[in-house]
Amino acid sequence: MLKISDLKVTVDGKAILNGLNLEVGPGEVHAIMGPNGSGKSTLANVIAGREGYEVTDGSVSFLENDLLEMAPEERAHEGVFLAFQYPVEIPGVANIALLKEGLNAARRHRGEKELDALDFLKLVREKLKLVEMKEEFLYRSVNEGFSGGEKKRNEIFQMAMLEPRLAVLDETDSGLDIDALKIVAGGVNALRSEDRSVILVTHYQRLLDYIVPDYVHVLAGGRIVRSGDKGLALDLEERGYGWIEAGDSATA
Amino acid sequence: MNTAVKELGELVGREYKEGFVTDIEAETLPPGLDESVIRFLSAKKSEPDFILEWRLEAFRRWQEMDKPEWAHVHHDPIDFQAISYYSAPKRDEDRPKSLDEVDPKLIETYNKLGIPLEEQKALAGVAVDAVFDSVSVTTTFKDKLAEAGVIFCPLSEAMANHPELVREYLGSVVPASDNFYAGLNSAVFTEGSFVYVPKGVRCPMELSTYFRINALNTGQFERTLIIADEGSYVSYLEGCTAPMRDENQLHAAVVELVAMKDAQIKYSTVQNWYPGDEEGRGGIYNFVTKRGACRGDNAKISWTQVETGSAITWKYPSVLLEGNHSTGEFYSVALTNNCQQADTGTKMVHIGEHTSSTIISKGISAGRGQNAYRGLVKVLKGAKGARNYSQCDSLLMGDRCGAHTFPYIEVKNPSATIEHEASTSKIGEDQLFYCRQRGLSEEDAVSMIVNGFCKEVFRELPMEFAVEAQKLLGISLEGAVG
Repeated sequence: MLKISDLKVTVDGKAILNGLNLEVGPGEVHAIMGPNGSGKSTLANVIAGREGYEVTDGSVSFLENDLLEMAPEERAHEGVFLAFQYPVEIPGVANIALLKEGLNAARRHRGEKELDALDFLKLVREKLKLVEMKEEFLYRSVNEGFSGGEKKRNEIFQMAMLEPRLAVLDETDSGLDIDALKIVAGGVNALRSEDRSVILVTHYQRLLDYIVPDYVHVLAGGRIVRSGDKGLALDLEERGYGWIEAGDSATA
Repeated sequence: MNTAVKELGELVGREYKEGFVTDIEAETLPPGLDESVIRFLSAKKSEPDFILEWRLEAFRRWQEMDKPEWAHVHHDPIDFQAISYYSAPKRDEDRPKSLDEVDPKLIETYNKLGIPLEEQKALAGVAVDAVFDSVSVTTTFKDKLAEAGVIFCPLSEAMANHPELVREYLGSVVPASDNFYAGLNSAVFTEGSFVYVPKGVRCPMELSTYFRINALNTGQFERTLIIADEGSYVSYLEGCTAPMRDENQLHAAVVELVAMKDAQIKYSTVQNWYPGDEEGRGGIYNFVTKRGACRGDNAKISWTQVETGSAITWKYPSVLLEGNHSTGEFYSVALTNNCQQADTGTKMVHIGEHTSSTIISKGISAGRGQNAYRGLVKVLKGAKGARNYSQCDSLLMGDRCGAHTFPYIEVKNPSATIEHEASTSKIGEDQLFYCRQRGLSEEDAVSMIVNGFCKEVFRELPMEFAVEAQKLLGISLEGAVG
């Protein structure tokens, strides 16, 4: 599904990712953990195609295509979805309007018919239930005046609507209370399937109690320094990132 | 003085007046402006004497007036003697024969706006073929209006058929001495619309939607007069989303609205004159005076404008709130791209008691565009309990454009309540990326964000117009990012 090889990325001339390797197969859930500043969000943004990140070396292929050659919207059409750490507010633009445009753009790209208003609304109502959102959310401006939890739920709702093949969740758990976390995790779990892969970028192990990953990777100094299963996340929680970083420098 | 003008003037001033007019039916006046030109214009339309006198008086005053220099716009001086003040309608053989002969770029824009083919032909100035019978459509609606007692006709027709109404109201809101460009317009106005809605009548349709094509070619010095008598209602639409071809660079229109007791006038404009090329060459100079008077108690006048065209826009639709409890509203979207300049806003003059006004202004600057909001809220001594709410928002795209806000507030009554809010924001990379990540192209994303910014104004537009205006913004901003 996704293959990242020796990826090196700089931001404003500063090296952030220093030769990162990662392979994600269909249906797999990978958790990327690491301390602040280790490059977790950079990885998420590079996959989605945000400007300001310079790839100096390496490659990223998605379904055999060179992802780095594609514009952000093309990646979206191919099935890459990013749940933002800080979803932006867009005043005056109704949530539902943005979603409908996005969904239909992807459908056009796939050569499918655009959904008419009725079918679209049917789909919307079905997906709203996943994240326990009220219909009134749809008609409010995108993220404007939403609480932190509402914003994150809205991200998962959009993911449910767009049905991506690869979802990257960038610190979706940050700023959530336990109830909201359960709702968000429930939404993600409901969307797990054999042909949909998920990358969870997170700082804390807490999220992984609710979304159980197949693999856990620890990112430090711009590289993946350790990979394992769910147990690795528990070790990390117990011993802190210092344990890995110390080990990393010892092997270096 | 130009000798050709002089000769014409002499001819016009003498006994051959009528015969002369027929003789030069298909001619164009040479450039230049003096009294003889005004006499010629007036004679051409067989205007009543009082109109000619009014024009001449306006001309005398105009000659003593100075061009306004206070607006935040820059252009080379305009030579008013280099302009021709009358040109006969184009003959069919001079027009393009079909759309194939029209600039393909123009056609592309029409198609993007979804303008029907026949309408495209009319807009592009194609000689209209026999199949397209706009006359029958017009007649149907004219019958319906006549049934309701609404008068809606060219101003020249109103002068002939309803001189008493024209005499009473023409210049009663915007006097000829008001400002330089209004003075010029009063002297040389060529045509425009006249509307009278009788007491208690709700005009049965949006005026001018169906007359869009016919309302073209009203020339560069258009003059509109709308009177809503007691308890009546009228909604008037001006302009067109499609870019119109026009050879005249200077436009100086005047619009006067009169709302009597309990009457309501809603005036909506979409202006998309040629803005010039990317370097600012060509393009229309649009110097417009628009003002409404709420003459009676509980009267209401509402201006909504979407300004995307013209190289220079100088325009302040205003309301004189004379009647007690009368209301004035101004909703505006002004977009400047490339080298466009706009200095636009409103004046709300509170005269009666408990008068209220609302101002919502949205300025969008892209490219090297310069966008200024200039607004005056004036509360006179007798305007007990007057209220105003103003909101001016600016959106910047890129780092070479500018937004400027000049709010003026004069309050002479202590019981007045004035609120002013202003904001300036940049269209964020974050917002663009968010939309693109959800699958929107960059252009669609810009269009969506900008339309969201303008939502409060668009919802004041009649439905059909609002949809067109949204598309128009998107098209006007093409290439503004990236």
